[in-house]
Amino acid sequence: MTVDTGELTDIEQDALAEIANMGVSRAASNLRQMVGEQVLLSVPSVKIVTREAASKLVERENVTKLVAVQQSFEGPFAGRALLIFPEAQSLELVRSIVGDQHSLEDVIDLEQEALAETGNIILNGCLATIANVLHRTMRMSLPSIVRGDGATLFEVQGPASGGQFVLFLYIDFNIKKRDVHGFIALLMDLPSIAALKTIVNDFINAIEKQPSGHVG
Amino acid sequence: MQYKVLIVDDSKLARMVMASALRRIRPDWALVETTNAAEALTAVSGGAVDIALIDFNMPGIDGLELVASIRKTHPNMPVAVVSANVQNEIIGRARELNAGFVPKPLTDEALAAFLSGAALRLKKVTP
Repeated sequence: MTVDTGELTDIEQDALAEIANMGVSRAASNLRQMVGEQVLLSVPSVKIVTREAASKLVERENVTKLVAVQQSFEGPFAGRALLIFPEAQSLELVRSIVGDQHSLEDVIDLEQEALAETGNIILNGCLATIANVLHRTMRMSLPSIVRGDGATLFEVQGPASGGQFVLFLYIDFNIKKRDVHGFIALLMDLPSIAALKTIVNDFINAIEKQPSGHVG
Repeated sequence: MQYKVLIVDDSKLARMVMASALRRIRPDWALVETTNAAEALTAVSGGAVDIALIDFNMPGIDGLELVASIRKTHPNMPVAVVSANVQNEIIGRARELNAGFVPKPLTDEALAAFLSGAALRLKKVTP
């Protein structure tokens, strides 16, 4: 990987994965509370990749019909947070949240609403936790829903070209008892990586300065 | 004592969740639902609202701005901001406005604690 500006050192990557882990763990605990069932999580991955490469990573098993709830965020660094899953599992996810007592018509009726609010809760939990850990403030947009393949979700054809490098953090989740799996992902624009490096290093320095024996 | 609770949230699902929790915790209290700040202010100025539960992330005027508007005419009304945006800054701003903070996903425990405190405060104001 050759990125001129702001390549992350090993310790920076570690710290970032740990910070992301705290955020997505909060997100997963929120999701678990909403569905009332266990949610399994993978180890988070942190990569600097092109938008196009990131878009391929979320098309697992070549499933290209995806739904995402996304929120953009701004603050010390800017980007987008996304909750992504196969379109075929959308109604099952909604059903797991609104409860099995609702009819299929009700579930279809509520789909957009329920996805937006679920995304809002999960992504806010993730971003707010990261902001708190870093002692920074982030502003978040309202949630919106996007349907399409990975390239559509990550705007590979958009004003920022697909060849542009982004910082991509993701974790996959699996709702054990239901056939629902997906990703919680953060996509950060590269111009803000320099800012991110400063922030991550502040976080690392704060840990190193903690008196020995201090826990939590 | 029965009170009237105002729910303000642009999401129908979120209003359903708040309303059903409220019915479990305080089945005899009345509730009124609105979907934005303008409707909420109309309901509040009508004078029939005792307690308000307000979403933070709404199109147009956000929940904290709405609380600030309500405070101009109702400095003592028990109000809680209900949000998944658990950033220290958001919770701090709610406190500054003398409002509670109830995190989403909403739990009966968190809502019940806020409502108990609210009922106590209302009793003190109108003995």
